[in-house]
Amino acid sequence: MAFLIVQALTGLASAASLFLIASGLSIIFGVTRIVNFAHGAFTMIGAYLAYSLTERLGGAFGFWFGLFAAAVAVAAIGAATEILLLRRIYKAPELFQLLATFGVTLMVQDLVILGWGPEDLLGRRAPGFTGAVTILGQRVPAYDLFLVAAGPVVLGGLWLLFNRTRWGILVRAATQDRDMVAALGVDQKWLFTSVFALGVFLAGLGGALQIPREAVSHSMDLRVIVEVFVVVVIGGLGSVPGAFLAAVIVSEINAFGILIFPKISIVVVFLVMAVVLVVRPFGLFGRPEAARRTTPGATIRPWQPLGSTSRIAVALLVCALAAAPAFAGPYLLSVGAEILLFVVFAASLQFLMSVGGLASFGHAAYFGLGSYGSALAVKWLGAPMEAAILAGPVLAGLGGILFGWFCVRLSGVYFAMLTLAFAQIAWSIAFQWVAVTGGDNGILGVWPSAWASKPAAFYWLSLAVATVSVAALRIIAFSPFGYRLRAVRDSTLRAEAIGIDRLSTQWIAFAVAGAVAGLAGALYAFLKGNVFPDALAIPTSVDGLVMVLLGGLETVSGAAIGAVAFKALSIWLMSQTDYSKLVLGAIIVVLVVFLPKGLGGLADLVRPAGARRDGTSGSSTTEAAR
Amino acid sequence: MVLAGALGGAFMAATASFAAAQTIKIGEINSYSGLPAFTEPYRKGWQLAVEEINAAGGVLGKKFEVVSKDDGGKPADAVTAANELVSSDQVVMLTGTFFSHIGLAVSDFAKQKKVLFLAAEPLTDAVTLAKGHKYVLRLRPQNYAQAAMLAEEAAKLPAKKWATIAPNYEYGQSAVAVFKDLLSKKRPDIQWVAEQWPTQGKIEAGAVVQAIAAAEPEAILNVTFGPDLVKLVREGNTRGLFEKRAVVSFLTGEPEYIDPLKDETPAGWIVTGYPWYDVKMPEHAAFLKAYQAKYNDYPRLGSLVGYMTMKSAAAIIAKAGSTDTDKMVAAAKGLEVPSPFGKIVFRASDGQSTLGAFVGKTAVKDGKGVMVDSVYRDGAAYMPSEDMVKALRPAD
Repeated sequence: MAFLIVQALTGLASAASLFLIASGLSIIFGVTRIVNFAHGAFTMIGAYLAYSLTERLGGAFGFWFGLFAAAVAVAAIGAATEILLLRRIYKAPELFQLLATFGVTLMVQDLVILGWGPEDLLGRRAPGFTGAVTILGQRVPAYDLFLVAAGPVVLGGLWLLFNRTRWGILVRAATQDRDMVAALGVDQKWLFTSVFALGVFLAGLGGALQIPREAVSHSMDLRVIVEVFVVVVIGGLGSVPGAFLAAVIVSEINAFGILIFPKISIVVVFLVMAVVLVVRPFGLFGRPEAARRTTPGATIRPWQPLGSTSRIAVALLVCALAAAPAFAGPYLLSVGAEILLFVVFAASLQFLMSVGGLASFGHAAYFGLGSYGSALAVKWLGAPMEAAILAGPVLAGLGGILFGWFCVRLSGVYFAMLTLAFAQIAWSIAFQWVAVTGGDNGILGVWPSAWASKPAAFYWLSLAVATVSVAALRIIAFSPFGYRLRAVRDSTLRAEAIGIDRLSTQWIAFAVAGAVAGLAGALYAFLKGNVFPDALAIPTSVDGLVMVLLGGLETVSGAAIGAVAFKALSIWLMSQTDYSKLVLGAIIVVLVVFLPKGLGGLADLVRPAGARRDGTSGSSTTEAAR
Repeated sequence: MVLAGALGGAFMAATASFAAAQTIKIGEINSYSGLPAFTEPYRKGWQLAVEEINAAGGVLGKKFEVVSKDDGGKPADAVTAANELVSSDQVVMLTGTFFSHIGLAVSDFAKQKKVLFLAAEPLTDAVTLAKGHKYVLRLRPQNYAQAAMLAEEAAKLPAKKWATIAPNYEYGQSAVAVFKDLLSKKRPDIQWVAEQWPTQGKIEAGAVVQAIAAAEPEAILNVTFGPDLVKLVREGNTRGLFEKRAVVSFLTGEPEYIDPLKDETPAGWIVTGYPWYDVKMPEHAAFLKAYQAKYNDYPRLGSLVGYMTMKSAAAIIAKAGSTDTDKMVAAAKGLEVPSPFGKIVFRASDGQSTLGAFVGKTAVKDGKGVMVDSVYRDGAAYMPSEDMVKALRPAD
């Protein structure tokens, strides 16, 4: 019994930091609708600054002051980011801010190494809380008890702030209906900045408070960000008490889960999130998202299929690409094939996001299932490449049908997070089922058949698959099914009123996107000669998102451009510099500021002014002509 | 446009390679951006080796050059880099990698393209055994050898009830499996009373420590490292987990992992590692002096591995008298290379080098974690036997 109580206390201590960081993310999302991918990066900066300050200042006062000062400094950095970067792109399409914060995250990862060096840093123990307290015969670190108390104190403070101050009332109002708050004459600019700064302050404090417990390292941000997203979604977006409850649930499950299934901690939080979202689609304390008031751009000027001139241009481009083996060497052709396969992957995600209006954070699952499908067919069935490549999209399509059935019941960020949960579950199966998948040592020796083993042949194969896939997705987008899908996206109520079933329409779209992503994954396995769980992991999903956002969310096939730009740039930078993340992040941030419609939006700039029809003055009309 | 840039870059690289016909190029891949704590010293190590090789007249009368690429910690990107090195940079051999799965991915690429690959750091036994082939060699003592060194010491302890803590992936799983197997063979009286498998990089240290303590083991095997180890040590110290218990720990004596622990380093753990301050071999003194003179810093284990990787690569080419892959493969069989730890040999049967490791105990000295009573264990005595190699390694 004593043991169980102490284990529960340990769980509560872990919950404290998680809650601080998660509540910050939740507040930011609630008011500004920004999915702040950089939240983990701010936590990490908080920990690094706290380390430096506490080392420099020394003493008990220096320590506690150092923690606080670090959090304040991070808040200042956050406010500056909001003013200089995010404020410029609030009018951009939903999720575009995710791309901006992703760029910031990439930069921070390299900057902390430049600033603090590569080694893990072990901070001081908290003065006054260095030892242990014996509870029921078991020793509990005093600092853990401090954290157990700190969580509710911060929760109480936030409650007072939101319920007893005018600013708090405005924040709560904006969380419920920010258009109405704006209509009533509240200065949104400063409200958003202050909310962002508060959220980032909490992130920084959460990071700073961790230094007596763990080493500060440059990989902290990714460790934190995913878990925090999970906590926020379980608790319900925008709900601080929800974040608290979810942090406690997740931490306690971690603490007790390892007693029963020591190997389960790798996936347990995602299982919990999946169950919660299936049972309560808006998290524990969340409310359904308010209906959007802005008129979707598509209703002003709907997409149109390519005109004959554009078709000829695309055909010429494909011919030009097909001629590449005449002058490019084997390395360049392999890179070309890789980029083309990511064009397919990104196009499938764009189909889901742009045409279907369903932003998936876990699209890597289908890419990876495709890779594993073909690799397993080779390894266990001895299938030749031609047959194995078909196994990929089949497995991915089946995965899409299974996971999609659950996911399409949700919408918005909850949909995105459930897709992420399923992707993580698929990842952990690939990672843990060593007997079948080889675990993290992967499946090796997945090389193409003789006819496709020359780089030029594989390049042509990839080009053919990319051309056909992108064309097929466009044809679907402009087919009656595509119209139904867009109708559901633009106005669910009206679409259902004229007899379109939302669930089945979106479910089919999900499965189609999954199968196409699986095709890309299947070929990718043969390009690389191997499959590892990485193919299903979060970074692959994030790469896909970035490609779509970079290409332009409101275009039909902008993802193709986004994929080429992002993949070519990252491969080239990786080859040229160790600080590829810093440069890539900076490029993304600059692009976001100057091209808020993505690279696809370039077409608007190039087109002569007269050709731009009146509609372009609206917020989101680049759907035209793409 | 970006593609055109990449294209231009590749052309420039191609022209450069014509200009440099008088050099021998080695292609090196490692997780520079993903794991700088280990790979920065590693890079310094091989840079020192390259400098020394060229100062001594290069290899086969040509300048010895290393083209280095980052894999970002991803096997797919490592294969891309390997492809670039072999196709565009025309390297004669591939070296490097840290993570086991990346090492395996590059190894499989080397097998497919018939290029020699000298794996520097990956520890999984699969590199030379289950997934071994004639085009792959490995420098560092593999998982099996490290487990054997530690099991030998562990068998001398009186403890009968053991618990294990290891990261939940192939490295941790196989380290525990081999250690358990070897120790149980030596000591059939041992019981395994608890095991914890924290996710790599995400240990819930307090909960893990509690769970292990609840099983009341007499000794603990630890395989965690890096930030996880730091958390485990802090929680374990505060909660008294390590008091009156023997602890055997993989890799903890390596400067990369023991240095961050500073004065909180728990005393008396039996560990493998690299006590650079306490190595008596004369060859090491020369290495240490050269390294400190060049960088004004002490070497980590990564420095030594990087140094020996390029020294071994140069030795293979020198013995082969050619950069032809088949000749280098033949030359590597039984190749002897002088190292800071004395002579090492690349075993003919599986390409594993006999580089060993130090086994000793942890202690705190002047507020820093150090290894004491350390003894060098030659890898030759702890490698998998020739029979094991025959049984596990596919025929070439």
